[in-house]
Amino acid sequence: MKRKVYLDHNATTPLHPEVKKTMIEAMDAFGNPSSLHSFGRQARRIIDDARDRIASFIDGKGEDIVFSGSGSEANNTVLNLLYCAARHCEAPHTKRHQIITSQIEHPCILEAAACLEERGIDVVYLPVDRTGKIDMDKYSSLISDKTALVTVMMANNEIGTIQDIKEIGKIAHKHGAMFHTDAIQAVGKIPVNVHELGVDYISLSAHKIYGPKGVGALYVSPGVPFCPFIRGGHQEKGRRAGTENTIGIAGFGKAIEMRVTEMAPEAKRLLSLKARLKAGIEKNVPNIQFNGHPADSLPGTLNVSFFGAEGEAILLYLDLEGIAVSTGSACASGSLDPSHVLIAAGLPAEEAHGSIRISMGRDNTEEDIDYTVEKIALVIDKIRKMSTVR
Amino acid sequence: MDNKFQWVYSEKVKDHFIHPRNVLEDEAKYNADGRGIVGNIKCGDEMIVAIKVDKEKNTIAECKWKTYGCASAIASTSILSEIVIGKTLDQAYHLTAKDIAKELGGLPEHKIHCSVLGHKALRAAIEDYYTRSGMTDKVEEEKAHIICQCMNVTDIEIEQAVLEGARTYLELQEHTKLGTVCGQCKDKAIQMLEEYKKKHFSK
Repeated sequence: MKRKVYLDHNATTPLHPEVKKTMIEAMDAFGNPSSLHSFGRQARRIIDDARDRIASFIDGKGEDIVFSGSGSEANNTVLNLLYCAARHCEAPHTKRHQIITSQIEHPCILEAAACLEERGIDVVYLPVDRTGKIDMDKYSSLISDKTALVTVMMANNEIGTIQDIKEIGKIAHKHGAMFHTDAIQAVGKIPVNVHELGVDYISLSAHKIYGPKGVGALYVSPGVPFCPFIRGGHQEKGRRAGTENTIGIAGFGKAIEMRVTEMAPEAKRLLSLKARLKAGIEKNVPNIQFNGHPADSLPGTLNVSFFGAEGEAILLYLDLEGIAVSTGSACASGSLDPSHVLIAAGLPAEEAHGSIRISMGRDNTEEDIDYTVEKIALVIDKIRKMSTVR
Repeated sequence: MDNKFQWVYSEKVKDHFIHPRNVLEDEAKYNADGRGIVGNIKCGDEMIVAIKVDKEKNTIAECKWKTYGCASAIASTSILSEIVIGKTLDQAYHLTAKDIAKELGGLPEHKIHCSVLGHKALRAAIEDYYTRSGMTDKVEEEKAHIICQCMNVTDIEIEQAVLEGARTYLELQEHTKLGTVCGQCKDKAIQMLEEYKKKHFSK
């Protein structure tokens, strides 16, 4: 049987076997967590346990965690909460008419921000340098007492670059702005501590760290403004209506619990696999370029441009060899535009078109990496032989 | 797992992607009678089509190609290189992008531009042959001017879209798919949109 190598962990991850077990058990806890009877209390218990586990993993309190249907929902919640039009919702920040974000955010931030622009909010999209780090000088010069919110992702999904969140947050707070970080690719892969980072809101997701799809969370620092994105229920202390996804939340909690012991050794192992992968590609494929930051990068993420080869063709030929990689973000795969992240990082369109993201995870082995290098070399050679660009 | 799920494109596209036919491997040594190059790697697709002509029968004897692009771009040129063999120049010249997509068992909407580009590359190669052999009268002047190179959208189509109700750039894109690939034509398209709005609708 042909080898199968999954190298698209930034898109999603397989369930951790322990998570799967926990979820299967939770399937019997069918009660509505809002019900007062024993069936309800059983489900409530599962949810609150998960809530506490997730909170303590990032050094927060259970009551500060709001579960959501996805990381994207958590992000949308933050972008909308400062500008709710209802009078009773009026937060002090609504008088500030600027939001600062970056050009390399996930589309769910960029599109939510574009919506706010339509509503008259001034949105600043900070540029990034070649390594994907945001331009701090520009940031410092643009932030003012008109800034309501600064939202910058902690680790980029496409190139893996990790931002200096602590510093960005400090500057935001100095100007009285709220600070949010989309840490969906970061939590569970690198240390995230809400107090150390000094953030007001953090978006999290389960399925990037061997948990289930369809469940995310928002950490809301005590005392900061909040307005529900989904209304009509008292769940999550009135902050997110809708009967809780007990099974998903149970899985999220377990996924986080597994990270407590597995994150650090896994990060170390992934870094060494990444070094092996980089060296292998460098040795066997000419005319390439690695994208992202050389040091401040997610341990398992490698983005590489192959000159003269187009990304989708690379992806599909590798798929025929059993290897799963991605071009840009999976959400963008229906689109023909080159990655907005790579373009923002200053890559010419032709290099951005020829880029793939390889994101490794807990099941990948050295043999997987060697097999991948071998196949990449063959595939790139095949593509280049029929390419107009030599 | 491979066989359980349908591939992203048709089986025909897959076949031509895995086994591309008639790749132009050594361009320098290939004595083409006509050569066309279209697209732009900045937009994500570039194609070269080279033909050899049977001058007695006035048919295409050989068709070779090179493509920088996605699976459907590669498959489009590959299938093109098969279907034109033995066709008269006139028949090949009047082959449409739709014919190519049809031969491939259909392409998804966002990949139609691949067949459009293949079609353009073939036309360019045939026109090159006509020009080289003094048959310039056979070259059909394009009356329309292409504004969006990627989606092959002309000024005539932009005007038509405006007449059909497109008033904003977004609506123009919905009508014509213009600017949905590399976006380089955006400024020009907005300018033309305003011109046609003025021409037809200003008081």
